[in-house]
Amino acid sequence: MICLGIEGTAHTISAGVVKDWNEKCKVLSNIIKIYRPEQGGIHPREAANHHAFYVADIIRESVDKAGVDFSELDLVAFSKGPGLGPCLRTAATAARALSLSINKPIIGVNHCVAHLEIGRGTLEHCTDPVLLYTSGANTQVIAFAEGRYRVFGETLDIGIGNCIDKFGRTIGLDFPCGPAIEKLATKGKKYLDLPYSIKGMDIAFSGLLTAAEQYYNNKEKLEDISYSIQETTFAALTEVTERAMAHTEKNEVLLGGGVAANKRLREMVKIMANERGASFFVPDKDLCIDNGAMIAWLGVLMYNSGIRMKVENSFIDQRFRTDMVDVTWRD
Amino acid sequence: MNFDVIKKRRIKKGYRIKQIDNNLISTRTKEEAKLMIEARAAGVSIPIIYDVDLINGVITMEYLKGKRIKDILNSLDEKERARICKKIGESIARFHNNNIIHGDITTSNMIFLDDKIHFFDFGLGEINSELEAKGVDLHVLMEAIESTHSKYSNCFNYVLEGYKKELKQDANQVIKKIQDIVKRGRYR
Repeated sequence: MICLGIEGTAHTISAGVVKDWNEKCKVLSNIIKIYRPEQGGIHPREAANHHAFYVADIIRESVDKAGVDFSELDLVAFSKGPGLGPCLRTAATAARALSLSINKPIIGVNHCVAHLEIGRGTLEHCTDPVLLYTSGANTQVIAFAEGRYRVFGETLDIGIGNCIDKFGRTIGLDFPCGPAIEKLATKGKKYLDLPYSIKGMDIAFSGLLTAAEQYYNNKEKLEDISYSIQETTFAALTEVTERAMAHTEKNEVLLGGGVAANKRLREMVKIMANERGASFFVPDKDLCIDNGAMIAWLGVLMYNSGIRMKVENSFIDQRFRTDMVDVTWRD
Repeated sequence: MNFDVIKKRRIKKGYRIKQIDNNLISTRTKEEAKLMIEARAAGVSIPIIYDVDLINGVITMEYLKGKRIKDILNSLDEKERARICKKIGESIARFHNNNIIHGDITTSNMIFLDDKIHFFDFGLGEINSELEAKGVDLHVLMEAIESTHSKYSNCFNYVLEGYKKELKQDANQVIKKIQDIVKRGRYR
């Protein structure tokens, strides 16, 4: 089966084409276009306008790059949620138009579950992982238990990417601030005490953000503050992931989301995995960030397990939680 | 010692820098021992502590030859499950009455022995009288029940029944707080 997936939950519009092959996922193309605001954070309407402007070209490019014809597509998948309403609606509208014009079925999928499934689909030996999903909006520790992907831990306030972006904006960096903060952090030497806030397997960042901004107002070095933010938040994320692994008795850990591109976070989770004799997985960078291929792949899994959706029922759901999805494609 | 003990050792984590790791190990060990003793005084079943080593992060305590609640809860009949869950709620209320916050109430952190629920793993706990802290404490358990005992999610209602019975302040205020915390979660 060949499926084209359209992602559009937040700042990224993307289309990817995948094929199932021996129960694994073969990515044929994955075209990604990211909206970058001139200043400040994401403006939902501006982001949606950006997506509407590019989506048709991206769909065509992804089909061309995949080396297939539109008539060879068997399924159209789109990100049903969670995300920003205007962005979701733009991607869903494009998916409906495509589905109707090529007369192929449509399916809406959960964005967070897609981040986990693309790891299982593309990485060998990655079968039953605990996912640490870290992005701008989302920070969740997800694992399969009793027929669903359950959220074992999540942020109680803001996402880790959002925390880093907010600090970055305070010091005058452009969105997304992660790469610049990571660069500053490698030059930091002095650890400045920051709140390390864990509640069970949940986590909170807003107190840490305020404390970090105070260090900035007190003229501490940006390198040292960045270093301390990374060391504290990533250690706490790694700890809650380890707790979830112990709790669920799983021995695979998978990273996903934009913040998974951070080398220090990867290193910490890898050390944790090694120390407990578990396997560590991280997908290719383009499959870690928001992308159409992962949406397409989850569409394939759902469709093959018998799930069907009509165009008139292809609603979006801004608050589509990970644990609302009935996982019919796994035992 | 001619009886069984268990040594809870906090292991150094290679992924954390020393400043964070040392600080967490000593504060959590100290806090855990303190809270266990206070919870015991509040009438909750807690393993007896024999020794606390702050430098190496080791607590030596009584070894309980019981079963983890996590491992037995799903296989009990409905009536027994309700009875156990009410007992759990009563115990939580007893330490909350003394403003003791456990910090990580899951069914993995309770042992059933001699018809009593024994609590341990207070390492993320604190003394806090605020409704918010008590609400978060119960919310952690609610999430654990939803994810690990999803077929028996009414368990949490039984827990609340026991909690209401034993709590000295108005339990509905804490329950209201739990609902607030749920709504604060992503996409609720």
